[in-house]
Amino acid sequence: MTRQIRNDSELPELESDEILRYSRHLILPEVALDGQRRLKGARVLLIGAGGLGSPLALYLAAAGVGTLGLVDFDVVDVTNLQRQVLHGTKDVGRPKLESAKDRIRDINPHVHVEGYPVKLTSANALEIARDYDVVVDGTDNFQTRYLTNDLCVLLGKPNVYGSIFRFEGQASVFATEDGPCYRCLYPEPPPPGLVPSCAEGGVLGVLPGLVGTIQATETVKLLLGVGEPLIGRLLTIDTLTMQFRTLKLRKDPTCPACGTREIRELIDYDQFCGVGAAAPKEATLEELTPSELAAKLKRGDDFDLIDVREPHEWAIARIPGARLIPLGTVADAIASLDPAREIVVHCKMGGRSAKAVHQLQAAGFARVRNLAGGIARWSDDVDPRVPKY
Amino acid sequence: MAVTLHLPTILAKLADSRALEANGATVGEVVSEIAGRYPSLAPRLRDEQGNPYPFVTFYLNDEDIRFHGGFAATVADGDEIAIVPAIAGG
Repeated sequence: MTRQIRNDSELPELESDEILRYSRHLILPEVALDGQRRLKGARVLLIGAGGLGSPLALYLAAAGVGTLGLVDFDVVDVTNLQRQVLHGTKDVGRPKLESAKDRIRDINPHVHVEGYPVKLTSANALEIARDYDVVVDGTDNFQTRYLTNDLCVLLGKPNVYGSIFRFEGQASVFATEDGPCYRCLYPEPPPPGLVPSCAEGGVLGVLPGLVGTIQATETVKLLLGVGEPLIGRLLTIDTLTMQFRTLKLRKDPTCPACGTREIRELIDYDQFCGVGAAAPKEATLEELTPSELAAKLKRGDDFDLIDVREPHEWAIARIPGARLIPLGTVADAIASLDPAREIVVHCKMGGRSAKAVHQLQAAGFARVRNLAGGIARWSDDVDPRVPKY
Repeated sequence: MAVTLHLPTILAKLADSRALEANGATVGEVVSEIAGRYPSLAPRLRDEQGNPYPFVTFYLNDEDIRFHGGFAATVADGDEIAIVPAIAGG
């Protein structure tokens, strides 16, 4: 069960100020001096410095993990601050890696941070992860999750997994020598658009704190070789009912990654997940820009503007003249719409409205267009008084 | 056999409930009954051929049904089925 990361003789010594700093660890028999030296000698790679990456980086740094690798190419956005406690208001607009380094240095100057300001891809992942002991999956999309999983299986490194959505979270430890991997749990991702992102579907700000600290706990356990990590178990958390369940995971002998091992190298994960340029095109989607819509409204063109967001989003911001028909009710509303009239559909960013456009086209509406970039781009391009959220 | 089906938040709104009571001899029969009762939930539970999706895992009493015959897994009175769809937020 236990996993020895390095021989004790190779482990770095603690300096006297470190002995004082880590005193609450050193008096735990399960950690003690050798365990703390093991943490100091450890290298942990965090994929993502966002919601999950924030508590991970903070706690692993405080705990004295010697080297933290951070992969994130994003800059801090004001909408991140509701949950990404690694970054502060003063950091808005800065690369996340820079604010993360500042914060980690303040928490524990003994920690060495290696930053990778890139998107993790099949081309760079093996090179980046090769020298780490544990990889922690704190990403926000299916492509990088499958990439991280396959990377860990190929390199034989544990994958400390966490994932969140709205009020619910999952955590597990994948890709250990005898344990299952992410593909054993979910052989294939859902088709793009079926599961909304946190930007579209929302997420409780505290939730990544819960799940990320569980990942940090599992990482420390793996490094110390103590306890029973979440290998072969999926922890599910429902914060609304505050129910934690532990479900059994099995290694799938037919799994192409860890079972048959037919996946011998990293693949094209955009294609695997059906996104990006490699994805098959749906029916043609005609779009217009917010500036073009503004010109149409100004001219007094005769058309219907339909907003397919939810009522709670409508309450935050709206485009004048729009009619609210939430996406889930479009089918019922079709009878009240004239298929011969010109229709423009919008949502927050353009994803849900594209679905509504296809739905209307399938119902025989010929003159339907999507507002590119949704009300968010309307706010950028046309009317900044419309609040962004 | 009367069993309880636990839905995640994202699916619970389609059934107006987080836990549903249903009957059937297998997980597949239970899912069919629920799908008949809640047509908008049906396509989220199984594909057009009535098979489970690779991105939605069904647990029967905390065991993945894929290792117990999939939808053919038999259920007993009082069993609990949990649906755990793939999520990717972080």
